[in-house]
Amino acid sequence: MAAAEPQIGEYIEHHLTFLTNKPQNTLVNFTVINYDTVFFSVLLAVLFAGSFYLVARRASASTTSVPRGFQSFVEMLVDWVDSQVKDVYHGTNQLIAPLALTIFCWVYLFNFMDLVPVDLLPDIGGALGLAHLKVVPSTDLNGVFGLSLTVFILMIFYSIKMKGPLGFLAELTLHPFRVKNIFAQIPLSIVNLLLESVTLIARPVSLALRLFGNIFAGEMIFVLLALLTLAHGYAGLETFSGWGLLLLQAVLTFAWGVFHLLIITIQAFIFMVLTIVYLAMAHEHH
Amino acid sequence: MHINLTLIVQMAVFAVLIWFTMKFVWPMILGPMQERERRIAQGLAAANKGEEELKEARAGAESILSEARERAGVIVDQAQRSANEILEQARSAATQEGQRLVAAAQQQIELDAARAKEQLRRQVGAIAVAAASKLLEREIDARAHEALLNEFAAQL
Repeated sequence: MAAAEPQIGEYIEHHLTFLTNKPQNTLVNFTVINYDTVFFSVLLAVLFAGSFYLVARRASASTTSVPRGFQSFVEMLVDWVDSQVKDVYHGTNQLIAPLALTIFCWVYLFNFMDLVPVDLLPDIGGALGLAHLKVVPSTDLNGVFGLSLTVFILMIFYSIKMKGPLGFLAELTLHPFRVKNIFAQIPLSIVNLLLESVTLIARPVSLALRLFGNIFAGEMIFVLLALLTLAHGYAGLETFSGWGLLLLQAVLTFAWGVFHLLIITIQAFIFMVLTIVYLAMAHEHH
Repeated sequence: MHINLTLIVQMAVFAVLIWFTMKFVWPMILGPMQERERRIAQGLAAANKGEEELKEARAGAESILSEARERAGVIVDQAQRSANEILEQARSAATQEGQRLVAAAQQQIELDAARAKEQLRRQVGAIAVAAASKLLEREIDARAHEALLNEFAAQL
């Protein structure tokens, strides 16, 4: 096993490296791009938008036909998202519900890439000459922050739109400490602003990191389970213990896959619900 | 774990995807769904109304039927009664006619009997005259004794 140690390290490293245009050495560098995340994000976006658009066209072509198959599924999803939104938000904003549907479906598809066998696509990519391939966009910080920052921008936009710039500023500075005396209020407002800013900024950060953490950990478990048979190769099939390890890997991967199916759904759901809640809060007057 | 251009690209793709869903997917699925919901509600309401109307129509038909039955009973009763009346009238007419006929027959019989008596009386008169003339051995002048004979005959 001692000889296999660097191999394991390499293997894990390989699975954590993005396919980039050039190596990135600093934490933030906007000249670098992760081709794999962009490719799979766009692919899944096209898959979601395309299939739903086909259903939408068929549904609006004739309102008298009985929905069946995929159309029923899509309508069920739309109805469910609509009721989730209506539970929380009672205004007239036409953006929140489609946004919630987009988030749930897209994030679910991101996460679902985790259930594709962990070496399948990277090996195919390797055969095509790609050095690395990370197939799960929600295990990329750029992927999850791309979602949560867009939601954050919408939150700020609707806060200002609904309450006015002064109303938004008042919301940030007059809570939670409020006194009648204006001179006493000024130092308290600074404290308020600090507290409220932390609350505000914590929202997109927690939104992104919650999703990232869960899916990244799930992927890591799949990678670690793959290590069970990694060091042996085909030689492992010549011994009894080799077969035992193969069976163990298959059983554990299946069990974790079933459990992960629950996790990816819940994470997509949480992301959607919190987005709805945050945007509903942006519309409320305090 | 690096932040790079992917973040910006991801935000742009997300924005486009939201716009697309909002413009071409959401309303075109929810709209027909609500339209269908409305139709189903209408259909159910119409079905309920139809059922209600059917029930009402059944009750109406039932009342019309029972009324007709009642009226038919009344008509049958009336017919029975008038038939009885006609029968009764015919019967009494027949009885009267019979009585009349019987009375006429009796009169006739009495008349015939009286006539026969008269004839008999006449013949008895003649026989008596003949017998008396035999006894007296002479002819009685019938004309001379007509009054006597008639008086005799009337005594019979």
